[in-house]
Amino acid sequence: MKLKAFLPRDTTAQALGADQLATALQREANNRAYSLELVRNGSRGLFWLEPLLEVEYGEERIAYGPMTLAAVPSVLEALAIDPAAHPLYLGPVADIAYLKTQQRLTFARVGLGDPLCLQHYRSLGGFAGLENALRLEGQAIVDQVTESGLRGRGGAAFPAGIKWQTVLDTPCEQKYIVCNADEGDSGTFADRLLMEADPYQLVEGMIIAGLAVGATRGYIYLRSEYPRAKEILEQAIAHAGADQYLGKDIRGSGKSFALELRIGAGAYICGEETSLLNSLEGGRGTVRAKPPLPAIEGLFGRPTVVNNVLTLAAVTTVMEKGAAYYRDYGVGRSRGTLAVQLGGNVRRGGLVEVSYGATVRELVEGYGGGTHSGRPVRAIQVGGPLGAYLPQAQWDTPLDYEAFAAIGAMLGHGGIVVFDDSVDMAAQARFAMEFCAVESCGKCTPCRIGSVRGVEVIDRLIARESPREDLALLHDLCDTMEAGSLCAMGGLTPYPVRSALSHFPEDFS
Amino acid sequence: MLEGITNTVAQHIHTYREVPGGLLPLLHAIQDSVGYIPAEVIPDIARALQLSRAEVHGVVSFYHDFRSQPAGSHVLQICRAEACQALGSRALEAHAKSSLGIGYGETTADGAVTLEPVYCLGNCACSPSVRIDDEIHARVDAARLDQLLAQLGIGAVK
Repeated sequence: MKLKAFLPRDTTAQALGADQLATALQREANNRAYSLELVRNGSRGLFWLEPLLEVEYGEERIAYGPMTLAAVPSVLEALAIDPAAHPLYLGPVADIAYLKTQQRLTFARVGLGDPLCLQHYRSLGGFAGLENALRLEGQAIVDQVTESGLRGRGGAAFPAGIKWQTVLDTPCEQKYIVCNADEGDSGTFADRLLMEADPYQLVEGMIIAGLAVGATRGYIYLRSEYPRAKEILEQAIAHAGADQYLGKDIRGSGKSFALELRIGAGAYICGEETSLLNSLEGGRGTVRAKPPLPAIEGLFGRPTVVNNVLTLAAVTTVMEKGAAYYRDYGVGRSRGTLAVQLGGNVRRGGLVEVSYGATVRELVEGYGGGTHSGRPVRAIQVGGPLGAYLPQAQWDTPLDYEAFAAIGAMLGHGGIVVFDDSVDMAAQARFAMEFCAVESCGKCTPCRIGSVRGVEVIDRLIARESPREDLALLHDLCDTMEAGSLCAMGGLTPYPVRSALSHFPEDFS
Repeated sequence: MLEGITNTVAQHIHTYREVPGGLLPLLHAIQDSVGYIPAEVIPDIARALQLSRAEVHGVVSFYHDFRSQPAGSHVLQICRAEACQALGSRALEAHAKSSLGIGYGETTADGAVTLEPVYCLGNCACSPSVRIDDEIHARVDAARLDQLLAQLGIGAVK
């Protein structure tokens, strides 16, 4: 019997034993004299089903998951007799509702094949955006990005086109494209998934950005917590270079772009763009005051585009399918799609790429299916460790930057972390301050010292020594941090703290 | 300091001294091959990169990853971030500390394992997560952690 099967090689699948499964599948297939071609693909992002085994069956790909070592013989047995007659059988992958109902633009290719196969990438529309960009002047590319309405996906949601225009308009013999792949927010893994499952899309997006603004060098600043993404990106850059997508003469166009991977060293603050630039320059990752904007004086003092992984990736869709196509997704000023990441205490955790405008409840209850523990959902933190905790009354808020700002919350990088009713919100508020104390770069006093005092005052508040005074003090401290910090670290740490205080006051008494 | 370390470090310095912003890649290279950044090599790095020793020390000490002392044979990182908290990482941390008999930043007396906190491994849909050396493990509770450590020949202290 001949079989072609797919088993992911991304971090999550591996963390759930995919490598051992791959070995077992091969061994069992040999025992049965099956001819098995096992492709190590990227994950589809349906992490609750990982390790997800897909098998080509007729015109379709059918799935089994979450796979276990014990199920290997019986799945291979079923494939020879009746594929559907197995308890782990999930049907055709494309029909899994969680996947089928998404609007996948950026993540359309993930999971379909070997992430490092260039031919596979090209066969699915890869480099079509670059080919279009190679025929255009820089200004025309920037115009497309501006028209698409694309906003930065790292959290600040700054319009990408405006940033690019600034770099294009700043004359300099050396400009840079920097990809911020320091995805440090708890509850986020979309950048990692893209880099591990479709790395060429990021490479392509960065080349397009270079062509657009006239930058010939790019850096990917990847966090050291992502060892798998590092391996895959290293190979992707090498393969892309060998195939003339990088280097001095991109596909015979006469244009050049050099790309280098740099690894962070375990500092959350380096996800802030100016800290990241200092780190890339070889220094401490302290925040810089703005202005000057990095677009004018960025890396090594030169004009620099700093964009998140998903922003650069989305540019390939804009350049392949046109600004209007991308713009047609979304609501209000939030155009395109958002890669929502469902994590924490959630039954069906994973990546959900949908148009802006879906509500938190639709995501957590619909896609997520409630909690992993089976207990009621109590609090939902959106936007990473600097994001607010939302109580039930706010779960109908649409995923849209402005709607979130209106309730004193933020969408950030799209991470949604679910907590059940066993959560202690005072402990969560305390952790927000503790995290800020650990990760503050130290430049601004309200952040560096305020976070330490914040932990102390929350401890006193919990101990109920003089709650009225301590509460007033904590609010005052939050005001000071918010108003007196240069960047989002000190400036937004009050969000989780205040939201815990105002929506879950019973946990503090 | 061993001559071997000095030679290794000299080679890495040679590789990175002309690289723009080369200090972080240099420190990573040294730590990958030596296991830590010995205080004795800081003057050499400073001289080669035309920095002050204080500047190099400032960079080494800024980043959580760089160590000034050798780590144990294995490094166990437990994710302390929110997604893992939501599924019991606080209990997992407590279990790791008590069963290994060490706190964060410490190494067991036999040198087998160093325990460190980490703030997100990007595996938040299958929490709690831990990293042992370069392998990430998902859905780790106390029993699973014991199992993973036992596979490395690391048992609980009495």
